[in-house]
Amino acid sequence: MKTWQRKDLLGIQDLSADEINFLLDSALAFKQVGERTVKKVPSLRGKTVINLFIEPSTRTRTSFELAAKRLSADVINITASASSLVKGETLKDTALNLQALNADIIVIRHSAAGAPHFLGKFLKASVVNAGDGAHEHPTQALLDAFTIREKKGRIAGLKVTILGDILYSRVARSNVWLLTKLGAEVTLAGPSTLVPRVFEELGCRVTHNIDEALRDADVINLLRIQHERQRKTMFPSTGEYTAMFGLNKERFSRMKPDSFIMHPGPINRGVEIDSDLADGNRSVILEQVTNGLAVRMAVLFLCSGGQFSES
Amino acid sequence: MSTSPLMDSATINRALTRMAHEIVERNSDPTGLALVGIRTHGVPLAQRLAGLIAGILKQTIPTGELDIAMHRDDLAIRGTPVVGISKIDFDVTGKTIVLVDDVLFTGRTIRAALDEIADFGRPQRIQLAVLIDRGHRELPIRPDYVGKNVPTALAERVKVRLTETDAKDEVVVER
Repeated sequence: MKTWQRKDLLGIQDLSADEINFLLDSALAFKQVGERTVKKVPSLRGKTVINLFIEPSTRTRTSFELAAKRLSADVINITASASSLVKGETLKDTALNLQALNADIIVIRHSAAGAPHFLGKFLKASVVNAGDGAHEHPTQALLDAFTIREKKGRIAGLKVTILGDILYSRVARSNVWLLTKLGAEVTLAGPSTLVPRVFEELGCRVTHNIDEALRDADVINLLRIQHERQRKTMFPSTGEYTAMFGLNKERFSRMKPDSFIMHPGPINRGVEIDSDLADGNRSVILEQVTNGLAVRMAVLFLCSGGQFSES
Repeated sequence: MSTSPLMDSATINRALTRMAHEIVERNSDPTGLALVGIRTHGVPLAQRLAGLIAGILKQTIPTGELDIAMHRDDLAIRGTPVVGISKIDFDVTGKTIVLVDDVLFTGRTIRAALDEIADFGRPQRIQLAVLIDRGHRELPIRPDYVGKNVPTALAERVKVRLTETDAKDEVVVER
């Protein structure tokens, strides 16, 4: 029987296609929980989940917090400014202190790539990666795949274009690994400064021509231009980015009629996406949010059971 | 491992037919009656019972499916279960729900199912129908409708196979 044996979810790169599919199948059951009168199950009753968010985040943290609560776990949120890291404590010591409080699962977001993997090596508690630097954001890739599978019934053979700020995007990396493992053809597109050719080594296509990127895509996944990390030298102005690479009605009208728009949020209306398109019936942006909750419930549930599977 | 057949297709059908009549007899007002099968084998059994009851009453009986993996109390002992989807497309509030499962053993599955049903609403009453009652209860739970009482040793395993899921109807005890 297929099963999940991992205590941690560190990234997509080391998962097998079977493990990914098992996780997505489990998420289907957790999505149904959200449709009940009582949107809560007792699976993680008595467990403690700590959201250790060293890098700021609202939506991912909220989603993990609600996911843990819907599984009946106790949840504590720790942010960088409120942690002893500002007093000079190392990440390892912070994590060991949390484990000494009998934390069962530590959900970590950190600006350093590999931080979750580092914790996973010495913690008995489960570690879930909620984004590490420019490396991975596995639950975002899982919820994107869940949404694609829900809309299209499959992933294999689909053409998925990821458009925008790819260079430092952990969402793009995790998505490429996941989608190619499940047999999709991935195209990365955007300005050459943000989408270097070296990404082809991940097993996807790279193009700097927006029309080529959109022409035969089944799914368009837009990434936000990250103003807060801007890197003004990457392109001349936001206005020029919108003119060259923004998804507007005219470009969208030339896409396949059954294609749809995804975006991990938060969206910048009028920059990478036309406002009406974001609200249109071929946008699944808010469904991604709903699905993110289901996927994170599945991740917490599976990692929590996985650590007992040897006994 | 030796196996001895306990029921075949004919005896299973006879037991289900009798149970369907008992369910109708016990619930004089059938308007709020609904059957919910516990995955995996309770689901086809619930559908068969619903079909038999529909034949008696000349009206369709709503059915649902329950997967109790998220409500188990042995996650720490048995490790990650495979979670399936619960599917109840009708409002359970005010209804008489007959829970259907293949084998009643410790009662822990039924305890989980009772908890889960409550998450969907507040039924007027819940009854329990099982094809096999093999004893060894660990909780104060008893069935309302039983296909066959089978005294067993704790180490024995009772396997129910149904055409819908296993290509043939049979009940065997494995030692």
